[in-house]
Amino acid sequence: MSTDASPPLVPGQAAPPTESGDLSRSIASSGAGDRVYTGLTTFFALCIPLLLAFLALEIGRAAWPAFSRFGLGFITSSEWNVPAGRFGAAPAIFGTIVSSVIALVLATPLAIGVAIFLSEFAPPWLQQPVAFLVDLLAAIPSVVYGLWGIFVLIPLLRDPVIPFLRDTLHLGATPFFAGPAYGPSMLAAGVILAIMSLPYISAVSREVLRAVPRSQREAALALGATRWEMIWDAVLPNARSGIIGGVILGLGRALGETMAVTMVIGNRAEISASLLAPGYTMASLIANEFSEATSDLHLSALMAVGGVLFVITIVVNGIARWLVWTVERGAAG
Amino acid sequence: MVSLTYIAAALATLPLIFILVHLVRAGAASINPAFFMQMPKPVGESGGGMANAIVGTLILISIAATVGLPIGIGAGLYLAEHKGKRLANTVRFLSDVLNGLPSIVMGIFAWQFLVRPAGHFSALAGGIALGVMMIPLVTRTTEEMIRIVPNSLREAALALGYQRWRTSLSIILRTALPGIVTGALVAVARVAGETAPLLFTAFGNQFWSAAIQRPIAALPLQIFTYAISPYDAWHSQAWAGALVLIGIVLVISIAARLATRSRFGSAVD
Amino acid sequence: MLNESPVDSLSLQPESVDDAARRATVVPRLLFQPAARATRAAESVATVCLAAQRLSAFFGDIAAVRDVDLSMETCRVTAIIGPSGCGKSTLLRSFNRMHETVSGARVTGSVLLDGIPIYGDGTSAIAVRRHIGMVFQRPTPFPTMSIRDNVAAGLRVREGKMPSRRDTDDIVEDALQRAGLWAEVKDRLRTSAVAISGGQQQRLCIARALATKPRVLLLDEPTASLDPASTQKVEELVYDLRSTMTIVMVTHNMQQAARVSDRTAFMLNGSLIEVAPTNALFTTPQDARTEAYITGRFG
Repeated sequence: MSTDASPPLVPGQAAPPTESGDLSRSIASSGAGDRVYTGLTTFFALCIPLLLAFLALEIGRAAWPAFSRFGLGFITSSEWNVPAGRFGAAPAIFGTIVSSVIALVLATPLAIGVAIFLSEFAPPWLQQPVAFLVDLLAAIPSVVYGLWGIFVLIPLLRDPVIPFLRDTLHLGATPFFAGPAYGPSMLAAGVILAIMSLPYISAVSREVLRAVPRSQREAALALGATRWEMIWDAVLPNARSGIIGGVILGLGRALGETMAVTMVIGNRAEISASLLAPGYTMASLIANEFSEATSDLHLSALMAVGGVLFVITIVVNGIARWLVWTVERGAAG
Repeated sequence: MVSLTYIAAALATLPLIFILVHLVRAGAASINPAFFMQMPKPVGESGGGMANAIVGTLILISIAATVGLPIGIGAGLYLAEHKGKRLANTVRFLSDVLNGLPSIVMGIFAWQFLVRPAGHFSALAGGIALGVMMIPLVTRTTEEMIRIVPNSLREAALALGYQRWRTSLSIILRTALPGIVTGALVAVARVAGETAPLLFTAFGNQFWSAAIQRPIAALPLQIFTYAISPYDAWHSQAWAGALVLIGIVLVISIAARLATRSRFGSAVD
Repeated sequence: MLNESPVDSLSLQPESVDDAARRATVVPRLLFQPAARATRAAESVATVCLAAQRLSAFFGDIAAVRDVDLSMETCRVTAIIGPSGCGKSTLLRSFNRMHETVSGARVTGSVLLDGIPIYGDGTSAIAVRRHIGMVFQRPTPFPTMSIRDNVAAGLRVREGKMPSRRDTDDIVEDALQRAGLWAEVKDRLRTSAVAISGGQQQRLCIARALATKPRVLLLDEPTASLDPASTQKVEELVYDLRSTMTIVMVTHNMQQAARVSDRTAFMLNGSLIEVAPTNALFTTPQDARTEAYITGRFG
């Protein structure tokens, strides 16, 4: 204990007063470690904004030739002609939106249903396993979904799903299910994306349903509502904007999803009303053409597509976070 | 109406079961020791394995963890200790933005930033792209896990004369460690299956390479290449690769889940 | 402001019948004999170990403690009592510069430790805390460390080099002995510190504070979360420890203050109302507010 600056303490006696010099020296300030620590964590925290700024800058710089060449026409033109050097991203933007909308239409009711099941009706022994299985959907790599899509989903859609939709439900008369069904299609992409965004929507919905205060539920039950009426009248309205936030978060996932879509969408730069026709999404366009892009303009156009996708996902995610955040803040306050 | 929610639950769990069952059926046949030990065979020859891709994926994950964990944990520490500050709120928001960034955008960014100037594809570029994708995930769990640690522990350490940095690292971070390890594992599991950021960075390699400045094979890339090829032999290899990949991912995810569950009750009172 | 009672504990002997009766209502169960206390007080001349001078503590613009002057004598137990929210914990936390760890918190005035201003320029809060140990309301063992490592935790961060393993073991044993916990845990020093009972955890925290040999031990309602049996153990421990160190204890429990302290300070609304030898304060309070509080009219 030679390093001990404190006086020896003898039981039964007052500690002798030490020389002030010792004490004042031993309590002298030395905050070097704290400064290094604070500096380091601040640096790591700053890495995130710096990375994003750098990312925006680099992509913006690389995309600039295409933007300056085509202007707004880059977004509105539907001609994506590599040999002619004319690039319009409209088919990819259209495909991105359509495939994502299909995904949300299919996934949202299912996800909310699961969320209600888990938060309200599921017997305790079923809650954990079902939640786990649904969450696991998010853990499956995109490329595995794509593989499954090529070899299982597309054949399944070709027969029996599409004949059933066309003939039994007579949807073939609408433009959405017109034309030949080759296999890879917007519909296949939409279905894959539905499965992939399901866990995100369901997880957020589950959280916001749980965040609805108990008092709201009890108030409804006390008024003589059935369990289902309670959910419909008291729980869902409270959770609505949070659930919408979850749906939009799922949309953000679907918009940027790359591999699975690339593998099942057919990759053709055309706008077609039929969901059975092949198409492109922004992400699949980049994935498909980037490594084959030889001209600088083509490369720049693909960078520009990436830039547009980046901006769209930021906006969509921003809205989603804001909605979820308002609900959670409401529940807390 | 209640039964509708049961149906929804059944429908939602069906795809997973469907995918897993098919994966096992189609992939199990090609899983044998050779799959893990051998290199891919050229078209026309049956058999062969994905030894290079498995090793490649492990190398890529290691690079990613080296990049992503320090930044993620450091930023998470900062966010937990400076809550309410303007910079912290900005960083938290931007971390969410980074989390929502499409993986293909990360891929072209890494290409533009790392591959284009270097003039060649490399494992390093791929690993860094994956590492950047890990950052927001690690940041978020680190922050959340540190917030769970009772403030009384921080006070107790400070009252013992711990400096702030020592309090943060050897008491707070140490107490939150099981949760942070879980978060790190989940992040690793997620990037292990990523393909899009690797397309134009790690690029893939049909041959043996463990050099980080050269193109490297990766399981997801190999699965992609084989899946879109016209050969049946490659298709079954793709299924086997997918089975191995999902095995890696699921084992990491489940281990992460168990780690959280068993350690939390006792660790933080 | 500061209402030092002129009555010394010695002059209380012999006490009047009236005083005894009054104390019996306020202090139903005196654990330790007043005679013992009087003898002890007589044998050493009190020197001031810790002194607050015009000390105010703020949270933002709100003053939780206002203009407190209080001297705590070496090797005595000073109890600080008062109703909830009176600032007694904040005052205690100003004594080892823990107050400033809350964001927006600051202190004016000064605190002297053996004559050295702990808020002086160039003084490190970290080093101050190494000389002034603290134990909190709830036990705070570090959950990732063993019992032994918990006790040794403070040693690792002291200036100079870490004591050797054997020295550490000796210090740990000594600290646990003094905390009265050695017999209960000596066979499981390597096991988790959160596996022992709450009362044991609290004594472990006291041992952890003792291991670094502080000059002063601050106790912030140390028995508030403990059962009666554990409370008694901690009280006995405090009583024993004061022979070797200066102790300042915040408590909301007047009986506890009466049982274990030599001097008691009463706080109300951030101000120090009265400080006096414990017997005097509880038997002949000089301030009407003190009397109102100790006779249970508010609080």
